[in-house]
This record gives sequence, structure tokens and C-alpha cells, in this order.
Amino acid sequence: MTIIRSTAAELAAGIAEGRYSAEEVTKAFLDRIAAVDEKVHAFLHVDAEGALATARAVDADRAAGKPLGPLAGVPIAVKDIVVTKGMPTTAASKMLENWIPPYDATIVTRIKAARMPILGKTNLDEFAMGSSTEYSAFGATRNPWDLKRIPGGSGGGSAAAVAAGMAPLAIGTDTGGSIRQPGAVTGTVGGKPTYGANSRYGLIAFSSSLDTPGPVARTMLDAALLHEVIAGHDPLDSTSIPQDPAPVVAAAREGLTGDLSGVKLGVVTQFAAGEGAEPGVIAAYQTGVEALAKLGADIVEVSCPHFEYALPAYYLIAPSECSSNLARFDSVRYGLRVGDDGVRSLEEVMAATREAGFGQEVKRRIMLGTYALSSGYVDEFYGQAQKVRTLITRDFEAAFNEVDALISPTTPFTAFEFGARTADPYQMYLADLYTIPSNLSGGPAVSVPVGLSDGLPAGLQVMAPTLRDDVAYRVGAALESTQEPRLSDQIPDVADKEL
Amino acid sequence: MTAATLQSYEDVISRYEPVIGLETHVELGTRTKMFCGCATAFGAEPNTQVCPVCLGLPGALPVANAAAIEATIRIGLALNCSIADWCRFARKNYFYPDMPKNFQTSQYDEPLCEDGWIEVDVDGEVVRIEIERVHLEEDTGKSLHVGGATGRIHGATESLVDYNRAGIPLVEIVTKPVVGTGAKAPEVARAYVTELREVIRSLNVSDVRMEQGSLRCDVNTSLNLPGQEWGTRTETKNVNSLRSVERAVRSEILRQAPLLDAGERIVQETRHFHEDTGKSTAGRSKETATDYRYFPEPDLAPMAPDPDWVAKLKADLPELPRTRRRRLQAAWGLSDHDMASMQNAGAVDAIEATIAAGAKAEGARKWWMGELSRRANEAEVELSDLAITPVQVAQLQTLVDAGTLNDKLARQVIDGVLAGEGDPEAVAEARGLAIVSDTGALTKAVDDAIAANPDVAEKVRGGTHAAAGVLIGAVMKTTKGQADAKTVRQLILDRLS
Repeated sequence: MTIIRSTAAELAAGIAEGRYSAEEVTKAFLDRIAAVDEKVHAFLHVDAEGALATARAVDADRAAGKPLGPLAGVPIAVKDIVVTKGMPTTAASKMLENWIPPYDATIVTRIKAARMPILGKTNLDEFAMGSSTEYSAFGATRNPWDLKRIPGGSGGGSAAAVAAGMAPLAIGTDTGGSIRQPGAVTGTVGGKPTYGANSRYGLIAFSSSLDTPGPVARTMLDAALLHEVIAGHDPLDSTSIPQDPAPVVAAAREGLTGDLSGVKLGVVTQFAAGEGAEPGVIAAYQTGVEALAKLGADIVEVSCPHFEYALPAYYLIAPSECSSNLARFDSVRYGLRVGDDGVRSLEEVMAATREAGFGQEVKRRIMLGTYALSSGYVDEFYGQAQKVRTLITRDFEAAFNEVDALISPTTPFTAFEFGARTADPYQMYLADLYTIPSNLSGGPAVSVPVGLSDGLPAGLQVMAPTLRDDVAYRVGAALESTQEPRLSDQIPDVADKEL
Repeated sequence: MTAATLQSYEDVISRYEPVIGLETHVELGTRTKMFCGCATAFGAEPNTQVCPVCLGLPGALPVANAAAIEATIRIGLALNCSIADWCRFARKNYFYPDMPKNFQTSQYDEPLCEDGWIEVDVDGEVVRIEIERVHLEEDTGKSLHVGGATGRIHGATESLVDYNRAGIPLVEIVTKPVVGTGAKAPEVARAYVTELREVIRSLNVSDVRMEQGSLRCDVNTSLNLPGQEWGTRTETKNVNSLRSVERAVRSEILRQAPLLDAGERIVQETRHFHEDTGKSTAGRSKETATDYRYFPEPDLAPMAPDPDWVAKLKADLPELPRTRRRRLQAAWGLSDHDMASMQNAGAVDAIEATIAAGAKAEGARKWWMGELSRRANEAEVELSDLAITPVQVAQLQTLVDAGTLNDKLARQVIDGVLAGEGDPEAVAEARGLAIVSDTGALTKAVDDAIAANPDVAEKVRGGTHAAAGVLIGAVMKTTKGQADAKTVRQLILDRLS
């Protein structure tokens, strides 16, 4: 249990100092997966052999006296929407069942270069569309805190894997909150980097202008360490920013000293009202705000008048882009093919395949996006949404003239029970109410565990200016330093809980 | 008059005004594809020049090819367009098995170049064609239908897709509607495409070969009554030669007129041109056309060409073909007609280079427009594909001018050069081809000929000099054509005087 309860930073140090081998570490997490994942279902694919081979190579390097990177030998789980060469990548869709990519995403190349054993691929809402991981074509993931409840989405698999001690670190992707919202409801740390700071090359695209890969971890420092492994300019991604990544590890260490004097934090007026939010979530958030004030932060109210239009704008932009991005799944070159009997036409086979291969939420968004982009409506819907996006970006810019960072609850409610919101898509969409503005502006944000509401984790979100990821990490780490014990250290013993 | 009645072109044109418009696609000759590093070589084994990006595999992202952007801007500048200071790619969404992502990365309301013009010469008249836009996009793959008799999809048992061409940079050049050309509309269309091809060739950005599809043309045609609104246009696709561009306009004018006469409506549709029959058949109707759902491509950073760089590209443009043609025509003292036929033969470059290599203008023109054009035609290749260089032609002409070769021997030297035997001088030497002007050897041949033809010799002695031809022929035969005919004639006359 010591290994799986250790942070990534501790594991890296332990391996470097020879207190344990990378193989032992990897084996401990593989054992934990074997013990509890049957109940949690965080993984869609486990690659024990591959992970152990990498771990042994790290051990061999250490024995040979070669220098090891900051996370060498620390295992990681990767959201199954990030392509991995030779390892199945399904995006939790029947459309890609059994698809094995011939190439690695850039962030996977970087993870491999950092010598981190890849434990396997984690579950998600199909094509990252959802806020509960209930839309996975291969079955939902359960929240380790309460197996009757959702682990958040779309990165529920990555968050649950880290929360349940099956992986010290995981990769998520955040389009509207899919790293931060699962982090909040599973008591883990989730970071959405500045859009363009981390390469999207090899991320199966949901909404190209919003998708951002980022770290899932138990602590801010761990998240920062992983952030620095995967961040940086990538010539294969034309939207990648040609600039060095923000110094988030140094910022997290600075935050952990617990001093925030001179830091000005803004509470978003529009979110402070907490409309539609659970009282317990608001209460947990308030304790977080008080803790930050005690560390010396100056807390002020800031108005972001256009944030209330973020949700509708997002639900036009993201489906529009997804309707185009998912057009390639047509049965012609790879993946599923249904109804090819030599009689049906190409169009009929394409239609039958898409009917059988896509789940309801994906279809809903494709239809919505197709409509929003269609001639005659494109200006009214897609065009208007882009204007709102500009206004929200300006709200952020104005706010950051006043304050160093903005804070809010990460989610309006804690983990709900399975099926509670699937009947009403709008109720599901509300889960990302607070996280979406950062996706629309492109700025960085992190979710830090802040407390419990009725025994379930709640998160506090820190939003920082574009390319100032370090500010978000510093504030998040400072908040984390006030918690004893950390929420994320309390790995719930899922093995004792009934299904 | 009914739709079935055959009408003469002249009759139609006397009553209707044609409006044409041309959309030309040019595959750029960049080393790599538009959005990835794959090679672009023509004719490679299917699906050997592909990668995750040009196959549109999940997760793959495009990165724009800077060389293609530069080439497009140069084309735009050569066509007198203004260059956008900021623009983006857009996605054009439609389903097509040849198209890996099921959207084409193209440009929509923000083209790289717009509002240009080009002048073309038609029968001594200058026609100005306005250019609407020049933009950059990616090509699609190619379907192959196997198992059927015709190679078409009907009757095929399998359809295979080759994605080697998918992602090759494609420049689309769109004219504004061309009006007021009357009966000459078909010639104007052809002259435009010819001129466009020359301009692009002069920029060295594409090999612009219509037969290989690196230049493809869609022709829009409509007819209206004088003074009335423009008619409904059709778009004729698959036009693969300059001749067909002209034929496509003409045949469409002849097809539409009887329908209009009969009070029928022209259906807005795409039509497919068939080279063999010179006719077109109906394709997709525009009324059921796809809603392309354009939107700005979020995977690509916008383009903002630096104005200083654009100014430099403009300053560095080569002399454009029409200007150059005018200059050469004046220098060579040629008629419009002669210049046009050189143009059509694709011989201007070669002739200019041959003159530059030291040949006289007349000699250079004679070889390229005569013997070499004939051989290119026989071999069904472009003049520029012949295995002989302008320098070699200049050397050949120098040998003729020096009296070392006559035309007949020179043609044999060309055989040798084309067969790869080396430069003209080396071929002449190796094959023993040179005019024999050694009078000793010739005197013997002349004496032999006189001895063998006493009757003819007698006639010549009697003053019938024309009869000497028979004796000259005989001498030529014994010297295998290598004697100088003038010298031989003089020798014969000397002997028989």
C-alpha cells in the first residue's frame, strides 16, 4: 500500500534513490488494477507487459548509472482518446473498437521519452462527449468514492484510476471541463493547460479549437511535473504555441510554501451567486476561499458579464466542430463497417455504420452541429457563438487587468447517481457550467480538491491568464498546502463497497 | 423551330449572347503535400505516398506547406491579383470516399488572392479576362473501379482508393463571368486556358499537364438574349485538353440554344465532357447540391503574408509569357500567325534557347517547328520531352551553316542525338556523316557517272543543263548523299563543257 499511496514525486525520488525499483512500482499499480478495476472499470485496455518492459529499462539505466528524467519509472494511464502506436485506441466508441493506431500522439512520444511506463488506456464518454462517462460504448466507469455514482466526464476513467490508486498520474483531455470536472467529483487534481501550450497531435479531435490535453494527478506538484513532461511547442500542430512552457513545477513548489501575500484573486460575481449549485458545494468552496485569504491573498469580486452565455455558445461551437471532425468515421478506411453485403450502396453502408457505431450523445451533437453550420443558419448560430466567445475572452482580459487569477467552484454539484441526468441532456450540460469559459478563452485552469459535501469531493477552480499556467499552479498548490490530510490522499477503499 | 432541329453555330450566335466562366485547378509541383511531408511524385504505386495526416487518421493534424503558399501568391501576383494581408483556410464538408477526412481543407470567403486580370490574344484582338480569386486547397484521392468491363463504377465488383494524390496542393483560379465575346467565346476560353498554362509554367510552380490532370478545367456556359438577364449556367467538368475547352463551350452553346428556342428551362447542373464524342452528359443537379457547411479550419493557424515579402515576390516575378512573346515576335520579325503557331506547338522556349546558344533565328525555328515537331507528334510526346536540347540544335545548325552537313545528313544526325549517341558533332563523326567536298574523290565519282550514262552526258554537252540532275543523282548515290550537290553540279558542267 505504501507505493500506491505515494505521490508521483515521491515515487520518482524513491526510484532514483533506489528505495524501490521502477518494476516494483509498476507491478504495484498493475496489482491494484487487477484488484479493483473490475468494480471501477477505469481501464479499457491494460498493457502490463509494455509497462513492465519500460520499467525494467528504467531500472537497467539506473543500474548503469545513466541519468533519469524527473518522472522516469513513474507509471501513467492515458485517456483512450489519445492515440498510442500499437496499443488499441477506441475513444470509447464502437466505431473504433479494435483499432490500433500506427502512430503515437506527440504527448505520448514525450511520455515515452520521459521513460514513464504506460499502464493502459482509460475509459471516457464516447469521443469525449459527456460529463459522466456513462456514454462510453464499453460501459460506465464508477466513482471510487461511491460506486453508485458517476466519476465525472468525459475523463472519468483517468480521474477514477488516479482516485482509486490504480495510477499515480493520468492524461486527460479538456474540451469543456473534462479534466477538471472529473477531478472535482473524484477528489483529484486536474489541470487544463493554456490552449496551444500542449500539442493536440494524436488527440482524436472532438472540438479542435477547444481540446486541450492535460494532467490528472493527486497533488498539484505531481500535476505540474507531468505538465512539464508533455508541454511545449510541436511543429506537427499548427495551433501549438512556439514558446517554452510556463514554469509550473517551480510555481507549485512556491505555492506549497503557503504564502500568497501580494496575490489578488477574483471571485466571479456571476458564479458566486451559485445559481443551481448545491449548498454543500458552495460551502466547501467558501472554506477554500477563506483558506486562500488566510494565506495572504487579496480576494475581490470581479464581474464577467458574458460568462452566462458561455454554455450556449459552447454547445454550438463544440458540436459544430465535432460534426466535421467525426465525418471521417465513414467505414471506408478503418474501424467499423456495417451492412457491406455487396448490394447496399456506399452511402447506405456509410449510414448503417454511423447508425450502429455512434452512441446517442455523439449523434445528438453531430446533428446539432450539422444544423448550426448549415447554410442559412451558420451566421445565426455558429457565427453568433463565435462572437460570444470573443466577448468572454474580453471579460477574462478585463478581469486579469484587476486580478492575478479568478476562482470559482469547479462544478455546481458533486457526483450524481448513474442515470440521474442522462434523460435530460441540459441537466448533464450544466456540469460544465463553471469550466467552459476557460475553454472558450483558451486560458489555463486547474481544479483542486477543496472539501467534502455530504461525504463526496468538491473542487475549487483557479483560472489564470493565457500562458500563465504557473499562476494557477501556485494558487492551487497554496490551497492544497492548507489541507491536512489532503483529500486526494484518502484513497477510498472501493474493495469494501457494494456495487 | 423545335429543340430537335439542328442549328448552325452562326445562327445561334446571331441570336444569343454566350457568357462563359472558367474554374481551373492546378496541382502545384511542390516536393511535399499540402499538409504533411509525404512525397508528391506522379505515378507511384498506389498508397505508397501516404501518412496519418493525408489519410485523415484519427488524431492527425495538418500543417500548411509554406512552398505551396508562396507558389499561390506568385500565381496571384502574375495574374495581377491583390494578396490578402490576413486569411484562413476553411473546411468544406462533404462525404466522398476519395476524401480521407470527409472535408476538404480549402478557402472560402477569405481567398489568398483576388481581383486580378489577364490579357489574352484572340485573332489579333486583346481580350481582358477578369480573375475573381486564386486560392489554395488540397487534392482528393482517386477511386479505381475493378471487375467491370468499362473501369467505371457500374458493373464493378470492387472499388479501390489510391490516396497518393490526396493532399497534393491544388490552386483554384476562378474567372469572373466573361461577356461580350460573341462567336469567339470558345476560342477565348481556349486562349485563356492556354495563356494561364503559360503563365504558370513560366513561374515554374507546376508542370501544368492537362493529360496528367495537373491542370484541370471546369467550364461554365450560359446563353441569353441580347439586352436580357444572363441565362442559367451549366458547369462542364472533366475537360482534359485545350481543344476540348473550346469544344466544350461550343457544344454547350449548341445544346442550350434549341432548348431555349423551345421555351424550355436550362437546368443548373454539372455536365461531364467526353473527349471521344465531344459531347457532354448531365451529372449532378445543382438544385440537390450538397450544403458544404463551410467554417474556418480550427486546426490551422491563419495566414498573414508579410507585405515586404509579397513585394519581393512581385519584384522577382519572371518576364510573363505574353510580354515575352511580344518582345520575341518583334525581335524575330514574325507575323501574329507564325508566333501563334509556335506558341501552340510549345516551341517558343526551345527556339529562344536555341538562338541564345548561337543559332540564327531562322534555323532555330526551322528545326523546332519542322523536323522536331514532326517527330514529337509521331511519338505523341511534348516537344520539350524530346531527347535533344536547344544547345544541340544550335550545334546542328552551326554544322549546316558551315557546310559540313546538308539537311538530309542533319536529319540523320538528329536520329543519332535522339538515340543518345551524343552531341551532333560526335554523332556526325561516329556515323561518318559529313559532306564530301574533296574534289579528287568527287571527280572520280563524276567520271564514273558520265561513263555509266553516255546518253545523258551527250544531252548536257548539247546544252540541256537540266539533264545534269540524273548525273548528280548518280553521284549522290555512290557517295551516299554526302556530296555537296552544288560542287557536284559544277564538276559535271566543267567536264561536259
